[in-house]
Amino acid sequence: MFESFLGGIHPKDGKELAKDKPIEDMPVPQELVVPMGQHIGAPCTPTVKAGDEVKRGQLIGTSSAFMHADIHAPVSGKVVKIEPRPHSGMGSCMAVVIQNDGKDEWADGLPLTRNWQVMENEEILAAIQSAGIVGMGGATFPAHIKLKPSKPVDILILNGAECEPYLTADYRLMLEYGAKIITGTQILQKLLGVKRTVIGIEDNKPEAIKAMEQAANGTNIEVAALKTKYPQGAEKMLIKVISGREVPMGGLPMDVGAVVQNVGTVAAIADAVEHGLPLTERITTVTGDAIKEPKNLRIRIGTPYQAAIDYCGGFVEQPKKLIAGGPMMGMAQATAEVPVMKGSSGILALTAEKVDHGPEMNCIRCGKCVKACPMGLVPSMLSILSERQAYEACRDEYGLMNCVECGCCTFVCPAKRNIVQYIKNAKGFIRAEQMKAKAAAEAKKKAQEATEAKKEAEK
Amino acid sequence: MSEEAVKQETASSLFTVSVSPHIRDDETISHIMWQVNAALLPAALFAIWWFGIPAFINMLVGVVFAVLGEYLWQKGMHQPITAFDGSACITGLLLAMSMSPLLPPYMVAVGSLLAIIVAKQSMGGLGFNIFNPAHIGRAALMVSWPVAMTTWTKMADVSGGVDAMTSATPLNILKMQGYDALIATFGSQSDLYWNLFIGTRNGSLGETSTLLLLLGGLYLIWKGYVSWQVPVTMIATVALLTWIFGPAGLFTGDPVFHVMAGGLMLGAFFMATDMVTIPMTIKGQLIFAVGAGALTVLIRLVGGYPEGVCYSLLLMNAVTPLIDRFCKPRIFGAGGAKS
Ligand code: SF4
Ligand code: SF4
Repeated sequence: MFESFLGGIHPKDGKELAKDKPIEDMPVPQELVVPMGQHIGAPCTPTVKAGDEVKRGQLIGTSSAFMHADIHAPVSGKVVKIEPRPHSGMGSCMAVVIQNDGKDEWADGLPLTRNWQVMENEEILAAIQSAGIVGMGGATFPAHIKLKPSKPVDILILNGAECEPYLTADYRLMLEYGAKIITGTQILQKLLGVKRTVIGIEDNKPEAIKAMEQAANGTNIEVAALKTKYPQGAEKMLIKVISGREVPMGGLPMDVGAVVQNVGTVAAIADAVEHGLPLTERITTVTGDAIKEPKNLRIRIGTPYQAAIDYCGGFVEQPKKLIAGGPMMGMAQATAEVPVMKGSSGILALTAEKVDHGPEMNCIRCGKCVKACPMGLVPSMLSILSERQAYEACRDEYGLMNCVECGCCTFVCPAKRNIVQYIKNAKGFIRAEQMKAKAAAEAKKKAQEATEAKKEAEK
Repeated sequence: MSEEAVKQETASSLFTVSVSPHIRDDETISHIMWQVNAALLPAALFAIWWFGIPAFINMLVGVVFAVLGEYLWQKGMHQPITAFDGSACITGLLLAMSMSPLLPPYMVAVGSLLAIIVAKQSMGGLGFNIFNPAHIGRAALMVSWPVAMTTWTKMADVSGGVDAMTSATPLNILKMQGYDALIATFGSQSDLYWNLFIGTRNGSLGETSTLLLLLGGLYLIWKGYVSWQVPVTMIATVALLTWIFGPAGLFTGDPVFHVMAGGLMLGAFFMATDMVTIPMTIKGQLIFAVGAGALTVLIRLVGGYPEGVCYSLLLMNAVTPLIDRFCKPRIFGAGGAKS
């Protein structure tokens, strides 16, 4: 058995709603809204304009910034508009709106067939990069950057924990597409040259463990049954549990020789490398007690939430919250107009019964949040100091910036304190200060250079 | 989108927008507090049986005035009413239980009001009080009416002996007349232990039955409201020190007696575990418990009072913010990469 991490919680998992629903292809809606910001880093600039005809898989957005992932048309049709549209992470974002022509034609030459075993590593990386793949567990970090670590790595960890309650997309993927996950994993093994490869799955998913063990049979890929405990799928926790290594404060997995990828990402990588397919669809769980028929859908990027919800029979009851992602870390949405993106692991509609809790009270110092915090922080103090706007004290004395916003502290708090909210406020303030300081330093440097240049000229 | 725009959007939308997490555990403050009350109930009922109606009246007065005091304060200050969340109830109950059954009810009422108003509400309410309100109430009464606070009922004839009638607590007898007199009062050492364990002895309402306090404490530990380390460490510290510093030289003490005597059981299980006024991390709680135990022994053996649980806990409450500052958990990844 693997050792555990400190803290963590055991919420009711709600997975029974969708776990036995096989992945279903959702028909492509009439209109797709493809946001230009679907990844960590710079948003893309559209490479098409209104009126253009596009084919599925055709590049429609890119950026000159290093940190970005290309965006492709998810269906064939006509670009009708390029305008800001509601976005599940940013409120609003520039989007390419495509009218589906019903033909669903691939761009020229797609899909192709390639044997990854004879490909050079550069070719593989280029294939991943041009497919616009990002971390599909929700982190949306561009995969081609993560897969080119600047430090030596010796362990590859596949994240199949899916520790967020309600979500079952990765679970279904592991049950139904184990072979594809294994292929993708082998591609990454070759690319990274790692000594050890482990797929981590929580032990409340025995069928997935069995399926992956079968698929991995004959390879050197290990399947690890992990204790069911949220946030088992958080990158740092997963690395700690599987390898015993602890990512240093402010560090990255590669600092301890590890690379972590979500199983969905790996499956997408297999498609990209073997068939040249850009990331234009994903598996998303549409679920929650307000959804009539919860489902796991293979869904095109750009599908509005409302269309997906309608496909699942609509609401049985008006939900109080519509959430992009899981209930612990997902973002509440104001509208169902927001589209599915590369990082959309779930669309969750919960009724008041599930999300209502009493009013916020004073912290009674019960210490539950301290016990629950997997990062070893004192969330109660963070919330109290942030409430008093003592943001610097949050950072300097209570390790504010180490918080991964997993929500464990807030979940357990009997005083119903919105601790994560306070933490986000404090982080926002600190980041704004940093930006200001940086801008000021740059301005000063410029001024200095100017005076020096002047002096130089006067000489 | 600007904040304004988001707000407008939210107002017109059918969905609530707020920061994650969107689901919460069912646990609430009032549920925790009522559980603590429930855990105290067996010992409270025993007190009524053992001391009679005055015990019942004092506990009732303690609870009613605590709850009422909090209610009126909150009404007057236009604060949300939390008087019925069980926390004022515990304060009143603990206060009554930590005092003599002979205490006139009006003194209990004064103590309850002081505890709620001075020690709790004026500090900002539940969570902001540094000291355990019940202890502040008790300490205030001790200063105001020292004689009444240290007058104990005549103990019933438990050993069958004619000399068993006394109006002092076991710790009093120890302090005034010594260990042999204490044994003589109860007949034999085993009789002493047995009476302390069952609760047929003199003392304040809540410090009589070791057995029932233990049961209540175990319930809280089992439910996860109290970490076992706190009571165990405090009791072990008292046992160790009283054994070492015995009346006839080193290692001649009677730890069994000291553990069951006085308010230690009540203090260790129900007051040293008051989450609001003790450190938040286990490390800090251990320091707190050792300190409280050591101070208790110091007061019992050297100080002017026969019993020291209340004052030692108050002293440790005072240093709790300091302990918390120095006993933060280790942040994940602190000290660089670890493998
Ligand atoms: S949200 Fe932050 S403070 Fe709260 S438990 Fe998670 S890491 Fe700790
Ligand atoms: S869980 Fe809530 S009430 Fe308890 S210490 Fe943390 S913030 Fe305070």
